[in-house]
Amino acid sequence: MDFTLDSEQTALRDAVRGLLGKAYGSSEDRRTVTKTDPGWDEKTWQRLAEMGALGLPFAEEDGGFGAGPVEVSIVAEEIGRVIAPEPYVEAVVLAGGLVAAAGTAEQRAEIIGALAEGTLVPAFAHTEAQGRYGQRAYAVTATKDGDAWTLSGVKEPVLGGARADLLVVSADVDGATALFLVQPDASGLTRTSYTTFDGGRAAHAAFDSTPATPLGEPGADQSAVIAQVVAAAQIAYGHESLGAMAFALETTTEYLKSRKQFGVPLMTFQALTFRAADMYVSLELARSTVTWATLVLLDADADATLEAASRAKLQVSKAGRHIGQEAIQLHGGIGMTAEYSVGHYTSRLTAIDHALGDGRYHLSALSETLDDHEVLEPLP
Amino acid sequence: MKLQLSDEDVAFRDEMRTFFTTQIPQDIRDTVTARRELSKDQIVRSMQAMNAAGIAVPNWPVEWGGKDWTPLQRHIWHEEMQLAGVMPPLAFNASMVGPVIAAFGSQEIKERFLPKTANLDIWWSQGFSEPDAGSDLASLRTTAVREGDEYVVNGQKTWTTLGQYGDWIFTLVRTDPNVKKQAGISFLLIDMTSPGLTVRPIELIDGGHEVNEVFFDNVRVPAENLVGEENKGWDYAKFLLGNERVGVAPVGSTKRTLAQAKEYAKTAGPGGTSLLDDPLVAAQIVELENDLLALELTALRVVANSADGKPHPASSVLKLQGTVLQQAVTELWVDLAGPNALATGAGDGSDVPDLARTATTNYLNYRKASIYGGSNEVQRQIIAGTILGLRG
Ligand SMILES: Cc1cc2nc3c(=O)[nH]c(=O)nc-3n(C[C@H](O)[C@H](O)[C@H](O)COP(=O)(O)OP(=O)(O)OC[C@H]3O[C@@H](n4cnc5c(N)ncnc54)[C@H](O)[C@@H]3O)c2cc1C
Repeated sequence: MDFTLDSEQTALRDAVRGLLGKAYGSSEDRRTVTKTDPGWDEKTWQRLAEMGALGLPFAEEDGGFGAGPVEVSIVAEEIGRVIAPEPYVEAVVLAGGLVAAAGTAEQRAEIIGALAEGTLVPAFAHTEAQGRYGQRAYAVTATKDGDAWTLSGVKEPVLGGARADLLVVSADVDGATALFLVQPDASGLTRTSYTTFDGGRAAHAAFDSTPATPLGEPGADQSAVIAQVVAAAQIAYGHESLGAMAFALETTTEYLKSRKQFGVPLMTFQALTFRAADMYVSLELARSTVTWATLVLLDADADATLEAASRAKLQVSKAGRHIGQEAIQLHGGIGMTAEYSVGHYTSRLTAIDHALGDGRYHLSALSETLDDHEVLEPLP
Repeated sequence: MKLQLSDEDVAFRDEMRTFFTTQIPQDIRDTVTARRELSKDQIVRSMQAMNAAGIAVPNWPVEWGGKDWTPLQRHIWHEEMQLAGVMPPLAFNASMVGPVIAAFGSQEIKERFLPKTANLDIWWSQGFSEPDAGSDLASLRTTAVREGDEYVVNGQKTWTTLGQYGDWIFTLVRTDPNVKKQAGISFLLIDMTSPGLTVRPIELIDGGHEVNEVFFDNVRVPAENLVGEENKGWDYAKFLLGNERVGVAPVGSTKRTLAQAKEYAKTAGPGGTSLLDDPLVAAQIVELENDLLALELTALRVVANSADGKPHPASSVLKLQGTVLQQAVTELWVDLAGPNALATGAGDGSDVPDLARTATTNYLNYRKASIYGGSNEVQRQIIAGTILGLRG
């Protein structure tokens, strides 16, 4: 058991931190980037590709770099520290992860290499306006005609859906949920983009007899694959949140030292410093749980990963709300403004909380397993 | 002790309910229940409809349009309007500057301002806070120097809510820098079209524009715009902030928003099923209803016992717990919206219900409620210090 980074991993962290620190040195940089479509910076994406960050989780024979969840977690956490708007978890871990897990060898060869090089940015079109969370697809259905497949129905909100060079779409096939690839120029596909409150973009994606290619085995139920890849993305989101929470706490701590009222710095008031201490407690508990979940994922036990991902997401949901809300409160009015950083961190933490299952969703899921164990044993 | 309202109060409640549900233009109530921002015009029309019926400023002296209502009736008025989806009369006019002018202003100032203030012909902004004077308001630095029959004002105010609509701003300014800080402050009314006054917008985290910075660069203000006596402004401000705290527990609007959330939950589950069948959702809503009940009963206990004019000590919990619950319900809304909470910018053609789209911007926006009007830390200080006698 070891929760520390080795020297190569530390070097990766420093490199990503350096790159993102340059791109998003101030929260004003991020605001400028998120104001125009696609809501993130193509050049920064390209630099991440050049550094190798986009190919980390994928096998070398598919065009990736053969690293694993720990390396992904390092990048995700650095993304979170500056709340970089680039769709790292969404495009690489989630959409790319599905291609890697479900695609045929040819599909993997075609897509993963391009994703790693930064030339192809995929998105996972899964969420449905009436679907809430989970692996099943209802609103988009797939129809087979000879060897050809078409999709009909609506996915929404699809994060990064309008900019995507390729959509990985979940669809209902006679009660099973299968995965398909849809090209951006496919007939009958209409994508309407809009902003999300955290500065991102989402789309209403309508499919009307839209030609689609099965990802992997045609028509097979892939909900188990979806669950595994979503779990990996939940864990990566956990790390993105850790970076964001750590920064929000640091910023708040600095503010308590520098802001003066009543002739003294705010840190004179224990009512406030103890609240910062509680934020630290939340952060460290979340860090332990999320890091543990990454190690479970590294161990590659499917059921254990699903559970660990839920536990991590639940812990992060609680911690993110606590730290996000307190970061604003302890700042007073300045924390409410778009010009200052902490409000954006709270926004982003809220967005991550509600993507891929929020705290309550995971609490429900875990409630179902309550009687499976006497006590929880974190180590195998 | 007795549970029932008197027949008279029941009749009063019915009268208020009828008024608010039939006499306030529907588009205004629809905007409030859609949890969207009211336009300036809607806020003005809403208050003018109330003023035409003589019920916009019941807390003012009767001769200036107030009502001889009991505290309980005033509470009923406030609750019924919120339950009906009606925005309370603009606080800057109705509960801040109006009562101060009525209590401390000269006859001339009262005649000049009070009728137009009640009818929102003048839109007032509140110019108290400064970048370095927030919780520590008395350390404010904007100066007003007397030159003949004018004051020359220099400095900056900030967080000025809806200052972009403001016609006039009531300010706290430093008129004597050489005394204890509370003793050198005056209450000055300033025309926002005066040369040298500029308003700069501040964008908030929900993307909205509701607060501003206001800069004063040698703004000349007629001395007759001083309210009451020079250097007594801090007393008037304390009077105003005291009023601001009474009736600030937004019980009615939180109740309405929670009821709406419960209704929304009925079809927000997967495939249109009811989320109320999820025991976690049900438990959370039950707890919120119960907490709101306790708060409403506390508000009622306070109004029933403050007939002698002195606020009941328990009134100090109203703002604190009122904002806690207001924020908890905005958070519930985001949870109910679930993945659809991301779709804030969705327009026509979206499949996401409108109330899911507005959930998160409201959640983020209402983080303000525990900061302004005396932050929740300040409220706790009042409870600890004034009520429990704990002064460290
Ligand atoms: C949306 C919004 C609208 C507003 N509208 C107006 C308006 O129209 N007009 C106007 O004049 N003002 C307005 N305000 C300003 C508001 O009154 C101030 O934000 C408030 O007084 C807090 O001051 P501050 O923001 O400078 O925070 P600070 O005073 O710097 O406080 C920062 C944090 O420290 C805490 N704190 C400060 N002192 C102590 C202490 N002694 N003990 C324990 N905790 C302490 C505070 O509670 C807060 O959590 C508005 C503010 C907001 C956010």
